[in-house]
Amino acid sequence: MIEERYGNLFEMYERITGEDPYQSPMRIFPAIHYTMGGLWVDYNLMSNIPGLYVIGEANFSDHGANRLGASALMQGLADGYFVLPNTINDYIASAKAEKIDTGHAAMKEAEAQVNCVTKRLLEAKGTRSVDSFHRELGKLMWEYCGMSRTAEGLKHALSQIPEMREQFWRDVKVPGTGEELNQSLEKAGRVGDFFELAELMCLDALERNESCGGHFREEYQTPDGEAARNDDQFSYVAAWEFRGVGNPPELHHEPLEFEYVHPAQRSYK
Amino acid sequence: MRIVLHIWRQAKAAAPGRMVRYEVPDVNTHMSFLEMLDILNEDLIAKGEDPVAFDHDCREGICGMCGCMVNGVAHGPLPGTTLCQLHMRHFKDGDELYLEPWRARAFPVVKDLVVDRSAFDRLIAAGGFISVSTGSAPDGNAVLVPKENADRSMDAAACIGCGACVAMCPNASASLFMGAKLAHLGLLPQGQPERERRVLAMEAQANRELFGSCTNIGECEAVCPKGIKLEVIALMNRDFLRANWVGRGGLKGD
Repeated sequence: MIEERYGNLFEMYERITGEDPYQSPMRIFPAIHYTMGGLWVDYNLMSNIPGLYVIGEANFSDHGANRLGASALMQGLADGYFVLPNTINDYIASAKAEKIDTGHAAMKEAEAQVNCVTKRLLEAKGTRSVDSFHRELGKLMWEYCGMSRTAEGLKHALSQIPEMREQFWRDVKVPGTGEELNQSLEKAGRVGDFFELAELMCLDALERNESCGGHFREEYQTPDGEAARNDDQFSYVAAWEFRGVGNPPELHHEPLEFEYVHPAQRSYK
Repeated sequence: MRIVLHIWRQAKAAAPGRMVRYEVPDVNTHMSFLEMLDILNEDLIAKGEDPVAFDHDCREGICGMCGCMVNGVAHGPLPGTTLCQLHMRHFKDGDELYLEPWRARAFPVVKDLVVDRSAFDRLIAAGGFISVSTGSAPDGNAVLVPKENADRSMDAAACIGCGACVAMCPNASASLFMGAKLAHLGLLPQGQPERERRVLAMEAQANRELFGSCTNIGECEAVCPKGIKLEVIALMNRDFLRANWVGRGGLKGD
């Protein structure tokens, strides 16, 4: 029975640890495995850019306190199979699809921006690899914006990230050129973006003075260690508007109204 | 422990390639194979050399991105294991390993150990799907599926499309991959309406991609990290014969 239900998981565990989970007890500990949240979308799954629909886990997500295995499948199916076929038609029917080509001003602008970033990364010719920055940032996030957070820790992370980002753009070492497949360059572009994402995650966690869902602030817990919600003040979706690198993002509150089923304290007891 | 690697280095598809010797002096036995390559690459970057390009993504054996030939065996010596799930504890100090990209006409080398597997995408686009009406969820019990069929279909669906089967096959045949997709869909009621069209379209596409034919050698099954069985190829052949009988004339049903 266990083999039928959990066979692939047990096999994965055996490969990683070299221990047979059918014979010896499994060593399990909780860990962050997912960046919750995503791009803001309306009820039709359209982002704030007209015609740009964001589905699956790229949007700000349907999962609750815990994002379990197969959540990606669930949301991909829910959005792609059930929601989008009923909403995108309206846009397609009403939008005027003008013919555009690569000569369009927006295309030129995007191209110039990508070239500029690529050039900057390749020409930094610093001393540290992309991976070393990725690891440093990951460790900081694990430590201060992980499964449990404090205002103090988040403020510390927020003070470190801009420094790290500045160092990244000055001291990163990306070998090769932009003319062929260059995995270091690809990774550098992504890690460059992670600084903004990391900063936003810390800011959002600091702003939310309660423990709720996947967000556990150590200051806000019940005497027996459960998450202490504060629905009077924080029953909203925090949609942050990007205002450019280094500029504080703008918070838009989207109130959550529960008519029939009301949020309640989580308890595993 | 110390591992000696001989890695196929090729700058781009049109450039000639060659084997280059590297040493990784401090390999921890808990490292995965890809983590060892990460260490090598960090070292190469520090020395100002070009790091080895290799594909990877989930690193938990479920995405199908990684893979290369290790001493002539796709995904290395451990059966039923993707390269990312192969840990260094299975090797010993001083081992010499020869790493090469998947070799197949249909999978041109992009760089070093990275090959272009978009031929698989085109096989899927040709027939590896079912057409359904979207919009509302069908009732869960409306379509009955025998448990045995569901299980067999699920076993075939375990294929992650890594390409090891093609790389290991002396004919560079994609039969195990195609068989897995055809069995996955063809064993379920939802797969029936397009069953003939699917197998004919995929076979035609496989020929266009210059994948070879199956001669029942079985190397594919031996290296498949997901344990896809040769029986899916038998199922595909049966479907192909049947489709030629009923499909091309526009007849429906047996």
